Amino acid sequence: MAKRAPSSWSVRAYLRRLATGDVVAHMVTLIFAASIVLIATLLVFQLWNNSAASRQQFGWGFWTTQTWDPVFEHFGALPFIYGTLVTSVLALIIAVPLGLAAAIFLAELSPRVISDKVAFLIDLLAAVPSVIYGLLGIFVVVPLMRTTIGPALKDAFGFLPLFSGPNYGVGFLTAGIILSIMVVPFIISVSREILLTVPREQREAALALGATRWESTWKVVIPWARTGITGSIFLALARALGETMAVTMVIGNDPKIRDSLFAPGYTIAAVIANEFTEATGKLYLSALIELGLVLFLLTFILNGMARLLILATETDRGRAS
Amino acid sequence: MRIVKVLGMLAALLMFGTAATAADGQVLLNAAGATFPYPIYSKWFNDYHQMHSAVQINYQSIGSGGGIQQLKTGTVDFGASDMPLNDKLLGMFNQKILQFPTVLGAVVPTYNIPGVSAELKFTPQMLADIYLGKVTKWNDKEITSANPGVQLPGNDIVVIHRSDGSGTTFVWTDYLSKVSPAWKSQVGSNTSVNWPVGLGGKGNEGVAGLVKQTPNSVGYVELIYAIQSHMGYGLVENSAGKFIKASLASVTDAASGAAAKMQKDIRISITNAPGLQTYPICSFTYLLIPSKIADSTKRDVIKTFLRWMLTSGQDMVESLNYARLPKAVVAIEMKQLAQVQ
Amino acid sequence: MKGFRLIWRKSVNMVMLTLTGVAAFAVVSVLFLILGYLVYYGGRSLNWNFFTQLPKPVGETGGGMANAIVGSAKLLFLAAVIGLPIGLLGGVYLAEFGGKTFGFVVRYTTDLLNGVPSIIMGIFAYSLVVVPMRHFSTLAGGVALGIMTIPISLRSTEEFLRAVPVSLREGAMALGSNRWKTIATVVLPAARGGIITGMLLALARVAGETAPLLFTAFGNQFWSPGWNQPISSLPVVIYTYAISPYDDWHRQAWAAGLVLLGLVFVTNIVVRTFLMRGTSYERS
Repeated sequence: MAKRAPSSWSVRAYLRRLATGDVVAHMVTLIFAASIVLIATLLVFQLWNNSAASRQQFGWGFWTTQTWDPVFEHFGALPFIYGTLVTSVLALIIAVPLGLAAAIFLAELSPRVISDKVAFLIDLLAAVPSVIYGLLGIFVVVPLMRTTIGPALKDAFGFLPLFSGPNYGVGFLTAGIILSIMVVPFIISVSREILLTVPREQREAALALGATRWESTWKVVIPWARTGITGSIFLALARALGETMAVTMVIGNDPKIRDSLFAPGYTIAAVIANEFTEATGKLYLSALIELGLVLFLLTFILNGMARLLILATETDRGRAS
Repeated sequence: MRIVKVLGMLAALLMFGTAATAADGQVLLNAAGATFPYPIYSKWFNDYHQMHSAVQINYQSIGSGGGIQQLKTGTVDFGASDMPLNDKLLGMFNQKILQFPTVLGAVVPTYNIPGVSAELKFTPQMLADIYLGKVTKWNDKEITSANPGVQLPGNDIVVIHRSDGSGTTFVWTDYLSKVSPAWKSQVGSNTSVNWPVGLGGKGNEGVAGLVKQTPNSVGYVELIYAIQSHMGYGLVENSAGKFIKASLASVTDAASGAAAKMQKDIRISITNAPGLQTYPICSFTYLLIPSKIADSTKRDVIKTFLRWMLTSGQDMVESLNYARLPKAVVAIEMKQLAQVQ
Repeated sequence: MKGFRLIWRKSVNMVMLTLTGVAAFAVVSVLFLILGYLVYYGGRSLNWNFFTQLPKPVGETGGGMANAIVGSAKLLFLAAVIGLPIGLLGGVYLAEFGGKTFGFVVRYTTDLLNGVPSIIMGIFAYSLVVVPMRHFSTLAGGVALGIMTIPISLRSTEEFLRAVPVSLREGAMALGSNRWKTIATVVLPAARGGIITGMLLALARVAGETAPLLFTAFGNQFWSPGWNQPISSLPVVIYTYAISPYDDWHRQAWAAGLVLLGLVFVTNIVVRTFLMRGTSYERS
C-alpha cells in the first residue's frame, strides 16, 4: 500500500485545529507582538528619513560644528552634545557615590524590613514626573543655587575655570544637580537588587578572614557585583541623556560651549522641545530630527550595554551558585 | 460575564468621549503664534466665545516662528506673527497668505535690579552693547552716564533673550540693526538669531518669568508683560534724542506716518520711527490668514471675527496698553477682508 | 603597629557605614522635601475654581484647570486603549507561545522602545499622526503616550505569566481544556494582580509625561470635544505656567503639581501594596 501522509497534514486536520482556537490565539498574540517590532522599526525609519536633508547637507561636520544659526541655516550639534554630556556626567558624579552608598546601606546594613520599606520609598521617588522636578527646580533649586550653593562654591573653588564667571542660578550645574536627583533612584534600586543577589558565602568568607563589615562590602561584595552596578550606571546615564522638561526649565537655553559650570547651556532634548514647533524650512526641521537621531543612538547603545551587563551578572550568579 | 461588563463600560466611555464631539453648529478653530499680543488675543478669543458660544478659537501662544511654521504645515487654521512675512517666506507657503495687523505694541527693556526702583534710561548704543556682551556690569560708564543720580550696583548683567522663534525678537533685533551697525553685521535681525550672550526664555512669558526670578537681569518683552508682572521697564532714547517711556500715546505716534505706506504694502516696520514723542521700539502684529479657506463655516467665522476684531475688538485693546490700529489701516484691512474666500 | 592598623580599619568601617546611612537618609529625605513643597505651596492654591473653571485670559485671576484635568484623563484613556492591549497580548505571546528567536527580537525591541527619550516619541507621533491628519489632536497625544506604556505592561505581563506555576496549567489541560482557554481562564486570572499592576504603573508613568505632548496634543484653552482636536493636559499646563511671570499662574502650577503627583503616588502606593507582593522590577 502507498504511504499515506500523516493525518496532521490534511486540510481537515488543520481546520480542526483552527477551530480549537489555539492557532488563532497564537496568531493574534503574534501579531500584537510583531506590531511592537513594527513600531520600533517605523520609529527608526522616520528618524532616519526625516533627517536626510540635514545629513546630506552637513555630513559628519554636523557633529563638530559649534554654530546653531537658524537665520543663515548653519546647524551644528556640538553645543548640544556638549551640554547633554556635561549635565549627564555631572549628574552621575553626584548620583553614583550617593546611590551606591545608599544601595550598600540598604543591601548590607539595614534590616530587611527597613530595607524593603525604604526601597519602596525610593521607587516612589523614581515615579515623580519630570515636570514636577522642573517646577521645584525653578522655584527652589535655582534660587538656592544663586543665593547659597553658587557663592559657596565660588568661595571655595572660584579659581578654577570650572567655577568661573557669573552665577545666574540657571546653568549646567543646576541642571546636573536636578538630573542627579532624578537618576539616583535607578542606581539605588538596581544596585540594591544586584547586591542582594551576591551569595552570602562571599561575605561570610571575608568576615571569617577578619575583615570589617565595610571591608567585606567594599573589597568583596562590590567587585562581585561590579558588572551589574556598571549596568545600573549606564541605565541611569541613558535616562539622564533623554531628560527634557526638568532640564529645559533650569539650564538657561543658550547653545554655547563654555567651560564654567555656572554658564547657561543647552541639551539635545531641550532644543528639540523648544524649537520643534517653529522650525521653518526643511533644513531646520531635519537638523532637529538629526539631533533626535543622535540622542536616540546614544540612548540605544547605552541601554543595550546596560542590559548586557546586568544580564551578565545574572548569568554569572547562575553559574557560580 | 465580568469581561462583558468591563467591555460594556469601556464602550460606554468611548462613546461618551466621541459623543462629546462638536455639537451641531459648533465651530472649533485652532490658531497659534505670537506671544507678543497673547494677552489681548486671549481676552479677545475668550470674550468672543462668551458672546458666540458656538465658536471656540483655541489660540496657543508658541511664538511667531511657531505660528508661521504650523500655518505652513496646515495644522492650524490661522497663525499670528509680529514679524510680517517677506516674499521669501511667503513663497514657502503653498497658498496665498493675507496679513492682518491687529494691534500696535511696544517692546520694552525690562529689568530686575535689587535696590534700584528708579526708571532707567537706555540709549540705543547701550542696548546694543549690552546684548552684544560688550557692556557686562550695571555700573558700566555707558549706563551710569545716561542715568546720573541712580545708584547702580557693580553686579554682572544677566542678559535674557528668547529661546524660541519670536516676532518680538524680530522687532528687537530690527531696532538694534537700525541703530547699531555692529549689531547689524554681527547678528542681524530675524525671529531667531545667534545671540552673543544671555539666557533663553520661552515666549514673552518665559523672558518675563526669567527676569522676574533673576536678580540683575535685563530682558525685552512686550509692554503689558512688564506691567502685569510688576516689573520695572526703562525709557529708550528715540531718533529725536529724547528718552521716551512706552505708553499708548508714544506707541500710537510711531504708527502715525505708517498708514500711507501701508496702502501699498501692509507689511511695515515702525521701529525707530521719527517723531518727538515717539517710542522707538514699536510694532504692528499680524494675523496670518489663508486667502482660500475650504470650509465655508470656518471661513465665515474667521471673517466675522476679523470684522469684530477691527471694530469692537479695538475698543478692548487700550485697557491692556496696546494701541489701536489707525483708522486708515482698519480701512485697508476691511478691503483686504474681501480677499478671504 | 598592629594595634594602630586595627583601630584605623575599625574607624574607617564606622565612618563609611555611617556615610552610607547618611546617603540613604539623604535620598529618602529628598522625597519628603518634594512632597512637602508641593503640599505646602500647592495645598494653599487648591480651591474649587481650580477644579471647575477653564483658564482665564492672561492677567485675570480665578481661572482653573478643569479642561487640563479632563484632558489628561482622556489622554490616559486613549493611551490605555492603544498601548495596554499590545502590552498584554504581546506579553501573552512571549510567555505562552514565543519562539526563541522571534521572542528575543520582540524583547529586544521592547527594551529599545523603553529607552527611547520621550521627546523622540513626540517627534514620532508628530510625523505619524499630526502631519497626515494636519491637526494636533488628542489621538496623536494618545498614540505617543500609548506606545510608551507598551514596554512596562509587556514586561510585567510576561513576568507574571511565567510565574504562574506549571501545575495550574497542567491541571486545566488535564481537564480537557485547550491552550487558549487555559490561558484565558486559568493563567491570566492567576497572574491578574501583577498584570494589572504593570498596567497601572505604566499609566502612572505616562500621566506625568510632558515632552511627547508638546507637539501632539498641543494645548487648548477650552474643552476639547472628540478625539481629533488639540487638548490641554496637566503636565503641559504646569510647564507653561511655571515659566511664566504671573503669580496667579505659579500658584496654579503648584496646585496642579500637587494633584498630578498625588495621583501618581496614590496609584503607585495602592498598586504596589495591595496588588503586587515581591520585588520591584520597574527599573526604567
